[in-house]
Amino acid sequence: MNAVVAESLRKSYGGVAAVDGLDLKVATGEMFGFLGPNGAGKSTTIAMLCTLTRPDSGHASVAGFDVVRSSTDVRRHIGLILQESTTDGDLTLMENLRLHAHLYGLPRRTFPARAGHLLDLFGLAERRDQLARTLSGGMRRRLEIARSLLHEPAVLFLDEPTAGLDPHSRAGVWDHIHALRRDRPLTVFLTTHHLEEAERCDRILVLDRGRAVVRGTPAELKATVRADVVRLNTADDARAAMRIRRDFACDATVDAQGVRVVTENGAALVPRLCAVLDTPINAVHVSPPTLDDVFLHHTGRAVRDGDHAR
Amino acid sequence: MRQHTVTRSSTVPSTDDAVPTGGSLMRELRAVWALWQREMLRLMRSRAQVAMTLLSPLLFLLLLGPGLETMLDTPAAGAGGEGRGSYVAFLFPGILIMAVQMPALRAGGAIVRDREAGLLRATLVAPVRRDTLLVGRCLGGASAAAVQAALLLILGPLVGLPADPGLLLLLFGALWLVAFSLTMLGALAAVLIRRVETFQALLGMVTLPLVMLSGAMFPVGALPGWLTPVILANPLTYAVDAIRRLASVEGVGPAAGGPTWGGWQPPVALELAAMLLLGLFALAVAARRFNRTG
Repeated sequence: MNAVVAESLRKSYGGVAAVDGLDLKVATGEMFGFLGPNGAGKSTTIAMLCTLTRPDSGHASVAGFDVVRSSTDVRRHIGLILQESTTDGDLTLMENLRLHAHLYGLPRRTFPARAGHLLDLFGLAERRDQLARTLSGGMRRRLEIARSLLHEPAVLFLDEPTAGLDPHSRAGVWDHIHALRRDRPLTVFLTTHHLEEAERCDRILVLDRGRAVVRGTPAELKATVRADVVRLNTADDARAAMRIRRDFACDATVDAQGVRVVTENGAALVPRLCAVLDTPINAVHVSPPTLDDVFLHHTGRAVRDGDHAR
Repeated sequence: MRQHTVTRSSTVPSTDDAVPTGGSLMRELRAVWALWQREMLRLMRSRAQVAMTLLSPLLFLLLLGPGLETMLDTPAAGAGGEGRGSYVAFLFPGILIMAVQMPALRAGGAIVRDREAGLLRATLVAPVRRDTLLVGRCLGGASAAAVQAALLLILGPLVGLPADPGLLLLLFGALWLVAFSLTMLGALAAVLIRRVETFQALLGMVTLPLVMLSGAMFPVGALPGWLTPVILANPLTYAVDAIRRLASVEGVGPAAGGPTWGGWQPPVALELAAMLLLGLFALAVAARRFNRTG
């Protein structure tokens, strides 16, 4: 059973296609990475899947409900975490959760226990009666995730959940999400600019200009790029780079960290390099492609290009 | 939800809210109640803001009122027959409307702020109708504004208003109606405008003229005739007049000098009904727009 299904989903604004015939399937319990440069159509897709925007054409269903015909059922079964903070700073943590419980029509009887449990789970129990505005960015984000779980969603949409957080808070948020997924079959639909977060996804789809350009597991995606990076530190980097370009016909550039060579098989190149180069080599390092390289390869843009331009 | 987006493809049937039938009204009401309660909590937690909002009407009442009164030879607009009306007593209903106006319009405008803060988007995915979200916000905002004006209403007996709980309650009810109407107008402007800065600028531009042309500070009959259409179109004119006439029991404060329609003075009930209708109309238009925009 698939938690999220989209078939030839299309949406345009003013004649410009934001999402242009997107197909995707997310299995129940899967953590799905939805990546793409800014303006690729990620937010529009999430808005359609969360019933905030109606598709121009195509179908989509979430948790088994059609996003157009059964939008209220979809809403009941999803949690949505947005990039911007959506807690009410003038309310306490408990009051924020209670407002949510009322809006979702949750049983009043079981609310205190559920809310207490979730605050506990997210390490916020002792702050339950503080105003939400006193929380740090990371804690606010955790509160939002706790809140979105109050109604036991089948699918959790995380739209840039760690944007604007420092690395420590980011790690904290992820620890909680991973712990959560160990306990229950929660499907997670994630967009992120932090590719090390995407590494932990079961499957990834890269979106560009409203279309899926590539999809697969992180390992599969990296295998498609076939571009190892070899780093060299030599006595004369400029001269070494020039020799490599001439003798090996591969892409070699010089930057602050030395010579950077992109090649199909790094391990095979290194001994040949050492044999040919006449400048003394101080250090060699071969690295397999990262998701950054995958992203660059398929979209022609780095992940963080034009970041925050949303 | 009833999102009215362009649907040219037949694969997307136009459906209304697919709320399950059983108890769906109760769910919507519960959401309204929760949003109303949120505004009350916010009001209680923003005492400094309440104090600042009440400061200028209070200054008008305590400084302008007695100050101007000394300049007036005859009791101001003492058309009330006995000539017993003091200027402060005349001014008081206008002050109440001033006190209710700012917070009410601002509460309506809070929807713009919520939109920018993402708060709105978070509530939009709740399984309730969008109209419900709008109504809950606005009822809460109206009540908060009425409560703020009620803090001034307590001063009423000091300026000659009978300390009659029934009358005070009646006045509070009327103020709530006015607050409701103004909140809805604020919400309508907010839904149409979308930008916080533009909304603030509009608010700053219209509030003072509306008060000046409402009869809050002086009888509207004293203004040049060409302003009459503006005065008659100003909702605050009826709000001020209704409160003034309700408060003018036992000869305290003048009753005359309010708006007339071709020589006919509309009854208080009609004035209040007009406020209510205006509010409901603004709500209907705002809800239509609100449903359409994402």
